[in-house]
Amino acid sequence: MIGLADLALLPWVVALPLGGAVLSFVLRTRAPFVGLVTALATAAAGLLLAAQVLAAGVQRHLVGGWGAPLGIDLQADGLSALMVAMTAVVGLGVSVYGSAYFAGGNEDTAHQRAYFWPLWLLLWTALNALFVTADAFNAYVTLELLGLSAVALVALAATPAALTGAMRYLLVGLLGSLLYLLGVGLLYGAAATLDLQQLAQAPLSGRVAAVALAAITAGLVLKTALFPFHFWLPPAHASAPAPVSAVLSALVVKASFYLLLRFWFFVAPELASAVLTTGLGLLGAAAVLWGGLRALTAERLKLVVAYSTVAQIGYLFLVFPLGLGQPEGFTAWGGAALLVLAHATAKAAMFLSAGVILKAAAHDGVSGIDGTAQALPVTIFAFALAGVSLIGLPPTGGFAAKWLLLNSALASGQWWWALVLIAGSLLAAAYTFRVLAHAFTRLPGDPPPCVRSRRLEWSALALAATALALGFVATDVLELLRVGAPVQGPVLMERAP
Amino acid sequence: MPLLVRFLAATLSLAVGGLVAWAVLGLPESAGLREAVTAQMDRSGVSHPVTAVLLNFRGYDTLLEVAVLLLALIAAWSLRLAPPGRSPERPGLVLRELVRLLVPVLIVLAGYLLWLGAHAPGGAFQAGALLAGAGVLLALVEVRPLGATPPFALRLLAAAGVLVFLAVALLAMWGGRLLEYPPEWAGLLILAIESAATVSIGLALAYLFRGDEPTTHREGGERT
Amino acid sequence: MSAVLAYGLAGAALIAIGLYALIVRRHLLRKILAMNVVGNGVFLVLVALAKRSAVPDPVPHAMVLTGIVVAVSATALALALAVRVRDATGQATLDERRGTAAEAGRGRDAPG
Repeated sequence: MIGLADLALLPWVVALPLGGAVLSFVLRTRAPFVGLVTALATAAAGLLLAAQVLAAGVQRHLVGGWGAPLGIDLQADGLSALMVAMTAVVGLGVSVYGSAYFAGGNEDTAHQRAYFWPLWLLLWTALNALFVTADAFNAYVTLELLGLSAVALVALAATPAALTGAMRYLLVGLLGSLLYLLGVGLLYGAAATLDLQQLAQAPLSGRVAAVALAAITAGLVLKTALFPFHFWLPPAHASAPAPVSAVLSALVVKASFYLLLRFWFFVAPELASAVLTTGLGLLGAAAVLWGGLRALTAERLKLVVAYSTVAQIGYLFLVFPLGLGQPEGFTAWGGAALLVLAHATAKAAMFLSAGVILKAAAHDGVSGIDGTAQALPVTIFAFALAGVSLIGLPPTGGFAAKWLLLNSALASGQWWWALVLIAGSLLAAAYTFRVLAHAFTRLPGDPPPCVRSRRLEWSALALAATALALGFVATDVLELLRVGAPVQGPVLMERAP
Repeated sequence: MPLLVRFLAATLSLAVGGLVAWAVLGLPESAGLREAVTAQMDRSGVSHPVTAVLLNFRGYDTLLEVAVLLLALIAAWSLRLAPPGRSPERPGLVLRELVRLLVPVLIVLAGYLLWLGAHAPGGAFQAGALLAGAGVLLALVEVRPLGATPPFALRLLAAAGVLVFLAVALLAMWGGRLLEYPPEWAGLLILAIESAATVSIGLALAYLFRGDEPTTHREGGERT
Repeated sequence: MSAVLAYGLAGAALIAIGLYALIVRRHLLRKILAMNVVGNGVFLVLVALAKRSAVPDPVPHAMVLTGIVVAVSATALALALAVRVRDATGQATLDERRGTAAEAGRGRDAPG
């Protein structure tokens, strides 16, 4: 009788989407079918992995049987399992949406349909492979797989804006990866291993390790679009096809952020100075404010959503001053992880809704969506629900995440970060309501005719509902996060007397 | 570019280069993982350490890397580039004769490098690159050796590297872990993987040189 | 100067030169070439790591080989994309300054 703990799930979360991707490429006319089946299988494997880690603790798989440092190991602790599960849920939603989004008769949509599936499944492969690898160089290969597939998916829209956005994204992404590779090489030079766990145990002091971590951080910060290196994100995310935008904002930017967490919280926390943590926190704060302001004034709907991503990414970087090197850092750690999940589901829902709305709208400016609330009630509701999570209103996952971060900021005496959180929520409310106000404008006469697709609308709503549900299962999520967590502490801190 | 940007870029570049140089000057003496590799060489199935690392110890990296190359091909084809223009003149005599001489030599050399990879520098990537070189030369004289091959077969050949590698990797899980070759089969499995990969790599690189996707145009315009 | 220093410092120099060109040059082909120079600089640093012992360390060599294939793949995609950008916009640059203004107020770009 094989128990959950005995299943070797780690290789399958990588092999399933990889095999599916290649099959959907070879069997071109069957691509949507192969794609959906693969999505279901991969999502199931991902969720099973999360259950396995929750039940049986950290999972490790020695690829090739060699074991680090000679071979490459795969590992899933609480954080990895959460990332894989997040990818499973958002990935499944986007896949269902994508099966309907690219439906259509003309040659252009047929071309997009044929290429969306192999590229998207390869992207999913890269994400899962990145989240479960325990080898720093292997992470580089997965980063490149991720970056190239993301760029190709953006370019699939084939408009001048999409092509230019994709080109810029590619150049920035490549520079980031090369900096990361430089850092990994130097770390190998200092410690003679590429395994993350062994690097964590190795004494990393001195100039080589410092330059290595600097290069890794610079590269990953570029790829995560932290202010002021966010310039490439809005054009790329806004001009991509809707399901691609959802994947980019929800998942791809989180991958490089995840690696930053790995290197700073697990591998080299002793090298983190107050300058670094405060610096990252300040850049995050700037991102929250700048992204929020730009979202408020952006002209195109998808640009509003893309700048919202820039802002939300800023929140994530508050985990550095609030969690790194703090005696009770788990509150901030949990808040950041919950925020990653909540943002992923909510932002994906928002972009998917935007995709439906834009199919019905007069033009892609914000004012072009006037009257669509009458025509697309389900979609507008999904957009609003996603917005509620992004603002951080209870009982959504976004609220739970921000509550934890606020608690951490106030209880540790760093109350100024709390101001950032509040200001960000106000800005999010402003730009969300701006969009909704336009949608609820009553146009004289009948609502504009539009083709409604149940699959499109309901997959967006399902993801928004997940963002809401996260608020209710937050404690379970945090319990999973405890497995192998790098920081200790209670879920909610007591206020310092 | 305005002068300020140039100045800032120069300062940044010098700083980065300086930091890297500073780190290089401080590198500790170390043999790295060389001894760990040497210790396991007899169980690797090959006798060249780099090939052992690439195809056995760290074969998982190579699997993903072959996938990256396939991804580049898929991505390039998704962009729908126009076929390379035909030049108005016929390719010159020197080029034609050179291609006629070189292409068979390149193909033989590719096979040789593939075989050699087990005990000397060589292997799938080098052999694949030579095959691609042959493909590029043929493209220069506007010869399409695979012009009549159905696109489905071409896609299958391009994907063969990843498919064979993944299949071997997963089959190994039957008795062990991912990519855990039984030691007595290791050499043969590596050769099989490298052979499939050579074909795929050569095909992918050659088609990336051309840029356009091979299609057959049927009556209804439907692409297979 | 030892081989390690020669490779390593050459790598650092290439990284610096490539980074400068990547930022300053406007033509996409130049940027792509600059990226390759940076990549080769990083690979040289890896080769330097391998050369620290008398018999070279095979792991950095494997890393460089993998890196070269990845770099080739990325360059191929970048070149194809550059050709499409040139076809779509009439010029082979990113033109950031015009880009942000164009985003702000244009009408219908494409559905979704």
